[in-house]
Amino acid sequence: MTDAASRPARNAKAPPARGPLARAEAGLARIMLFPSVFIVAAIVLFPLLANFWISFKPVTLGDLRPPSVLLSDRVRATDTGFTTEWRLRNTSRTAAITNVVVGARVDPAWTLEELPENCERTPERLTCKLEELPPATRIRIRFAFAAPPDAAEKADAWEPTATGDSENILTNASFTLENFREAFSAREFWTVLRVTFVYTIFGTLAAIILGLFAALLLDRDFRGRGILRGLFLFPYVAPVIAVAFAWVILLDPFSGSVNAYLKEAGVLDGAVNFLGTRSVEIGLFGITIDFPVALSTVIAFEAWRYFPLSFLFILARMQSINTEMFEAARVDGASPFQIFRYISIPQLIGIMSVLFLLRFIWTFNKFDDIFLLTGGASGTRTLVVDVYEQAFAISNLGAGAAVAVVVFMVLLTFSLLFFRIMPKEEL
Amino acid sequence: MAALRHSLVMTALTGIFWGWVVATCLAVAMTLFSGQILSVDLVSAGAGGLSAAGVYHFWKKGWLSFAAQAVVAADILVTLDGNAPLGAPLTGSPATSAIIIVVFGLVTALVVRACLAGMPKGVLSRSLFETHLIRSMIGFGYVFFTAIVLLPFYIMLMTSLKSQQSLMSNPLDYSIDLGAGIETLFRSYIELFAVYDFGTFLMNTAFVSVMTVAITLLFCVPGAYAVARLRFRGRKALSRSILMIYMVPAIVLVIPLYAVFSQLGLRNTHLGLLIVYPATTVPVALYMLQGYFKGLPFELEEAGLMDGLNRWQVILKITLPLAMPAMATVSLYVFMIAWNEFLFAFMFLDDTSLFTLSRGIVSLNSSEVPRQHLMAGAVIATIPVLVLFLWFERFLVQGLAAGGVKG
Repeated sequence: MTDAASRPARNAKAPPARGPLARAEAGLARIMLFPSVFIVAAIVLFPLLANFWISFKPVTLGDLRPPSVLLSDRVRATDTGFTTEWRLRNTSRTAAITNVVVGARVDPAWTLEELPENCERTPERLTCKLEELPPATRIRIRFAFAAPPDAAEKADAWEPTATGDSENILTNASFTLENFREAFSAREFWTVLRVTFVYTIFGTLAAIILGLFAALLLDRDFRGRGILRGLFLFPYVAPVIAVAFAWVILLDPFSGSVNAYLKEAGVLDGAVNFLGTRSVEIGLFGITIDFPVALSTVIAFEAWRYFPLSFLFILARMQSINTEMFEAARVDGASPFQIFRYISIPQLIGIMSVLFLLRFIWTFNKFDDIFLLTGGASGTRTLVVDVYEQAFAISNLGAGAAVAVVVFMVLLTFSLLFFRIMPKEEL
Repeated sequence: MAALRHSLVMTALTGIFWGWVVATCLAVAMTLFSGQILSVDLVSAGAGGLSAAGVYHFWKKGWLSFAAQAVVAADILVTLDGNAPLGAPLTGSPATSAIIIVVFGLVTALVVRACLAGMPKGVLSRSLFETHLIRSMIGFGYVFFTAIVLLPFYIMLMTSLKSQQSLMSNPLDYSIDLGAGIETLFRSYIELFAVYDFGTFLMNTAFVSVMTVAITLLFCVPGAYAVARLRFRGRKALSRSILMIYMVPAIVLVIPLYAVFSQLGLRNTHLGLLIVYPATTVPVALYMLQGYFKGLPFELEEAGLMDGLNRWQVILKITLPLAMPAMATVSLYVFMIAWNEFLFAFMFLDDTSLFTLSRGIVSLNSSEVPRQHLMAGAVIATIPVLVLFLWFERFLVQGLAAGGVKG
């Protein structure tokens, strides 16, 4: 049997020792998988680890450019030749530069009147060495040359260069716990965490419920069904940037159509800033509650944008349900709602729980939507938006990385949970 | 309670409900289309629907009954609204009123008929009651979903065709003045291409997306084949961890990648994006492709192996031609991910000459740029993906459902 020859593992009687064929096959598999594994390791796994590393480092956005020596020189002609001054400045305010070497070509005809400390002169070259240039300091080195009259002009074009070693802030050995202390002690942190969970749970549920309804609509044969299915997928396939800005313009308090219409139709008294209002008090049966406006709008967007996905999955599952069951129930006199409740729902609950877990994780991870709609203002800042705010708006990369570690930890917990309770056949 | 399941109650509820729904949809649609503000009076709209249902309850058969429904419904709406259906006076705006009267009458009559067809008189059984209730709910579902999906896209397209003044003077007027000429109509688009470099952005986006597809396929075809067909230690673990990669949030990767790419000089280059994008799409693509490869008959490949082809030749000459549909799905799917990508383009690109569409449109989002330009940019970014999607819908829906839970 050729099958057994090429795939010995399938043959039950094959000896457990791995034969040369099996080894060759495994080797080939390794070669074939290498590019995929490599790029994922380099761009996904390595940054994950690097993120932990950065979260312990006192690094800001400005530190990414390594400190360098800024050198300027000025040449002034004198009666006997010229004088010059090299000014060295450390661009960094925090890190020192070591082993600084400054040098320039010189004409052998020029004679130096006095050689400053740490400097060397060969006929062709003038070099000065400094052990250390402390942060945010300037150092001047003066030279006076005795030289022919035109030397000053030549010296103007000599272009001295400066080099130095600086520690790379990302790879040096200074660590701090400050980032985590900052991240956790901020008053906002717990608010952010709460908002994240409210957004994630309600956004996920709303998207799945909308998806379920949409699937119920399309789980029947009628003309135009294909068109409608394509249409329902629009929010999901269109670029996030386009739909988010369309919503922003639609909901604009001053020139948006929604506000204009609701005002004209007498539903609203004044304009509502749907994306910019943290909360309004609503009196309901004598109880006033703070209704979070912007957060609800963002959740509505999430539901709108991602219901197509739930709808696709649920519809696929619905169409695989055996229709005989429905027939039998109908013959037994079950009403449509009873059939839905006792036959459809139990069949769909598996895929819906898988969807919930998956969508929960992705909603938790979602950055673009909130960032484009509100920028995390008015009580819509979630953990992932907070990562961006800390790292790039306040330019504290370390603090951002610390929040990202929190994000990752929460996610890891969910993912483990997810694989534990996920029914195997649904994967 | 059982008395509530009477056919009269069902008729009345269906009629009132559809009166409201039809009137509301008509008012909003006409307002957005003509700019004239229309609003719904619940009493007159409900009464109109109720009367259409009432006529049907007592007289079911024939075209005449349908005509009677429509006429009665429209007449009641006009009378109760004081000769101004939905707020459009008969004398002031005869065209609008005429459209409202005709559409309201016909649509209400039609929908009520469809929802109540075949309902016997008297107390209904639970099954029948629910069946008719569900018809109304389903009908409403179509209206609701179509409206919420289309509205933002409609606003996007229409805003992009308007001028600043007309948008400011009436934010509800989305009527298009076709007589103004193409140049006036498309002035935002012309300006985007002439002044804001959208031609470059479009080319950049196309280049990055196509290259991402090419690199992804190059990497994941052999990988998927290995996972699907070859035996090696850790295969199970690998197919599991592919799914785990799905879960990693982009934002956690952004800071280290930003730091490292800055120092390597890869930030602010297309090369940087072309390293990051395939890395995020390879797991999805690999997962989708290996599923498809597993479903292909192995006998063909075996025959190839027996005939002396090596594995690479087998992949090229046998597996890939068979897997063309899956390759198309994966390519389109990856293309769309790359085309729509926002976060990394936003973080990495600084030079206008390198901008992708996503990055370019964000830069339009300022108070200095008129918002019809912003919407024109959104339309430019949306049209290629939507066209592609509609063209290859069959493939893509498979793709979205197979492994496309990314996002």
